[in-house]
Amino acid sequence: MKPINKLEIKFPSNSVNEGFARAAVSAFLSQLDPTLGELTDLKTAVSEAVTNAIVHGYKEELGPVYITVKIFEGGKVTVRVRDKGCGIPDIPKAMEPLYTTGGEERAGLGFAVMQSFCDSVRVTSKVGKGVSVTLCKHFESRV
Amino acid sequence: MQFFYEEGVLTAKLAGEIDHHSAREIRELIDDHSRRKKPYCLRLDFTNVPFMDSSGIGLILGRVRLLQLWRGRVVLCGLSGNLNKMVELSGVSGVAAIERRAG
Ligand SMILES: Nc1ncnc2c1ncn2[C@@H]1O[C@H](COP(=O)(O)OP(=O)(O)OP(=O)(O)O)[C@@H](O)[C@H]1O
Ligand SMILES: [Mg+2]
Repeated sequence: MKPINKLEIKFPSNSVNEGFARAAVSAFLSQLDPTLGELTDLKTAVSEAVTNAIVHGYKEELGPVYITVKIFEGGKVTVRVRDKGCGIPDIPKAMEPLYTTGGEERAGLGFAVMQSFCDSVRVTSKVGKGVSVTLCKHFESRV
Repeated sequence: MQFFYEEGVLTAKLAGEIDHHSAREIRELIDDHSRRKKPYCLRLDFTNVPFMDSSGIGLILGRVRLLQLWRGRVVLCGLSGNLNKMVELSGVSGVAAIERRAG
């Protein structure tokens, strides 16, 4: 299916861009006239995926983070967040709640948040090549 | 961010969005004040926090661990909107008390 609108952004993995990334996605989706709750849910999920790319994907180095947002007929939205970092060796394990390789200050809840705040979450990865996370959420029409 | 200390209770009034980027400075400030005062209770006031992702949960859990060093505890207050959802999903209420306004 062809999207009716599309946004692509690319930025370096500086943590200061986390706020920009979720705000940009949220601003783009305002054309759907979403409820605040729907929008905040997706914003939170985007924040998780982008933070993972920055914190885990690239660790000490900097690299590009890509976001593609697509809006489809009927209010279906997909957001793909991609990095070219270290990749995930065992995806099911990484997606288990509380699993983290991030140490003391990480809760291991990022994927759990994405799953509970979106309709579906698809993760693909090749070790050494990076990670792609696709969030899918249906926005209810308010008219 | 503002701090208030009274009779063993340290209150940190947080402000702004909490994510991985902002959490670092918040953490450093809270830990600095906490280590000096060694409060029996650290109140984290989220009234002026409009957004928080799982980095905020990591922040709370890390402070619970710090306060445990002197048997202090953490209380969360002023939670609204997406913060309530995050706190619920995380089960953080098992290790930190949640203060709700009456009514
Ligand atoms: N883009 C990525 N590149 C490499 N590894 C990743 C990536 N995203 C996630 N991971 C791995 O999956 C684990 C789980 O991610 P998740 O977001 O659920 O928790 P976390 O980031 O460790 O903690 P939190 O999100 O609560 O701060 C991470 O600790 C990391 O090992
Ligand atoms: Mg994460």
